[in-house]
Amino acid sequence: MIEVKNIVKKFGAFAALDHVDLKVANGELVALLGPSGSGKTTLLRIIAGLDWPDAGEVSIDGENALAHGASERHVGFVFQHYALFRHMTVFENVAFGLRVQPRAVRKDEAAIRARVKELLDLVQLDWLSSRYPSQLSGGQRQRIALARALAIEPRILLLDEPFGALDAKVRKELRQWLRSLHHEINVTSIFVTHDQEEALEVANRVVVMDKGRIVQIGTPGDVYDNPATAFVHSFIGESIVLPVEVRDGCVELGGKPLNISADGVTSGASKLFVRRHDMAVGPAGSGAFEGAVRHVRTFGPIQRAEVALSAGEGTTVIEIDAPRDRELQPGDIVSLHPRRYRIFAGQD
Amino acid sequence: MNQPQILITSAREDLRTEPRIIRVVLIAMAVTFLTVFVVLPLVVVFAQAFSKGVFAYFSALSDPEALSAIKLTLMVAAISVGLNLVFGVIAAWAIAKFDFRGKTFLISLIDLPFSVSPVISGLVFVLLFGAQGFWGPWLQANDVHILFAVPGIALATIFVTFPFVARALIPLMQEQGTQEEEAAISLGASGLQTFFRVTLPNIKWGVLYGVLLCNARAMGEFGAVSVVSGHIRGETNTMPLLVEILYNEYQFVAAFAIASLLAMLALITLVAKTILERHLDEGQLPGD
Repeated sequence: MIEVKNIVKKFGAFAALDHVDLKVANGELVALLGPSGSGKTTLLRIIAGLDWPDAGEVSIDGENALAHGASERHVGFVFQHYALFRHMTVFENVAFGLRVQPRAVRKDEAAIRARVKELLDLVQLDWLSSRYPSQLSGGQRQRIALARALAIEPRILLLDEPFGALDAKVRKELRQWLRSLHHEINVTSIFVTHDQEEALEVANRVVVMDKGRIVQIGTPGDVYDNPATAFVHSFIGESIVLPVEVRDGCVELGGKPLNISADGVTSGASKLFVRRHDMAVGPAGSGAFEGAVRHVRTFGPIQRAEVALSAGEGTTVIEIDAPRDRELQPGDIVSLHPRRYRIFAGQD
Repeated sequence: MNQPQILITSAREDLRTEPRIIRVVLIAMAVTFLTVFVVLPLVVVFAQAFSKGVFAYFSALSDPEALSAIKLTLMVAAISVGLNLVFGVIAAWAIAKFDFRGKTFLISLIDLPFSVSPVISGLVFVLLFGAQGFWGPWLQANDVHILFAVPGIALATIFVTFPFVARALIPLMQEQGTQEEEAAISLGASGLQTFFRVTLPNIKWGVLYGVLLCNARAMGEFGAVSVVSGHIRGETNTMPLLVEILYNEYQFVAAFAIASLLAMLALITLVAKTILERHLDEGQLPGD
């Protein structure tokens, strides 16, 4: 179990982490998700002991982690650019953590060999053991880095942008592989990513960060369906965003009232968020918005349509995803109604 | 039979490079310059050294004064390279891997010996350790000999050659970053284990490169050593100092015989430097 309490970290005047609290239970696979500069990597490095907070507490399994340096925390860390030891073979890279143990607890050579072999089998790269890192592909390096981190039987496993430097196809494969590996070894893990798809697909729980703060913690379904803030809504999943005006629970777009309610939202300039696939298409006059279809593309079961909404004096073009039960044509006048939507007060 | 093709290639070459006449002139100028200023002097050194025959050459080298100078030079080089290796690696490690206040100042300090005339460097040690110097009276009272003795020569040489190792390593270590060290520490390695198992193997070619240049300069240093040596024959003359003394005494064969050793050192250094640079360029791939 990892517990982070009230962590503050400043780089000069810039607050990388601004009073962050986080609890990760044993066996969880948690994603720290946020744009670059949101503090997610700094938080990971603080947990690992590679950076030190200006204030706050970090405990691992109930033990104050800040009393120990990185080398005593038994934390497996996988670096974004792998950081494999370039002058050592794959075998020696994985064996490193076992060889540097104090003499009293160090395994003998045969046991080290057996353990390294076991780990290389786990990451399915046994056949590469005598190669050097420069001779491996990105995906192979990443898996070796993971095997190396697991060699010390870490209490927790931290991964910094584990798939960041890989191409799209390898990335997809490794995601599934990481999830099943976590299932197999069940070590408490946190990984950092700026890719929302990756976070939603791999993690049990997603921690969304922005500007040094945690803005939402929840299951992937939770953060996608019930975003806590406008930032989360626009950062996770594609959204249609419309600037609206809320007046006593009523919503207006460009001075024209929409027949949707804004209960509980403070009056004033606000933003309306709708997922593309949550816009229901109906015959003219039946929904909140009217618009003309401009362009239609079809992908498998859906059709993506560009619709020009007439909003007050100007028009706003939005993209919606509709099922193909009723084929849309450019020039159609349609009515759109949000099945699900969120309204957040304020301009940003 | 392939005339059109030849025309095409030559036309393409013409687009890419200067006209032939300019190329020839430029290359000729470069070759002439190098011959006159680099190759010719080297040839002259060896020609003069052997001008009275091989026997005279070797008897000049086996003269007790010459042997003493060679011994002293090797000893001073060993001391200064050894110490500068340790200082240089530590300084480069600190500068490349850590952020701290006054880092720029430290880098300038390391470069200082390069920007100071060697004679001044020597004089500094005279001011510190000389009879009228800062520590002079105390040293005299305790019968410690630094100036006009081996320690003074070694100190002056260390000062003059200080930047070589650090300068060779700082850019290399900065480029390699700190990720491998962080990985080692997170795997439970201590600071020393990290240094000897991760950092040092990664910089070994750079270390050798720095040592090589440091050694060449340590053996060849004249100015600073000349000031602190006292020119005691058979005792405090290094090879470069002896070359000057012999030359001033019109012992040309002996002077050039010693000079030829220094010239050979230069040639060996040059070859070794080329080999090391190749290793450094290859990004330190293992197994080559």
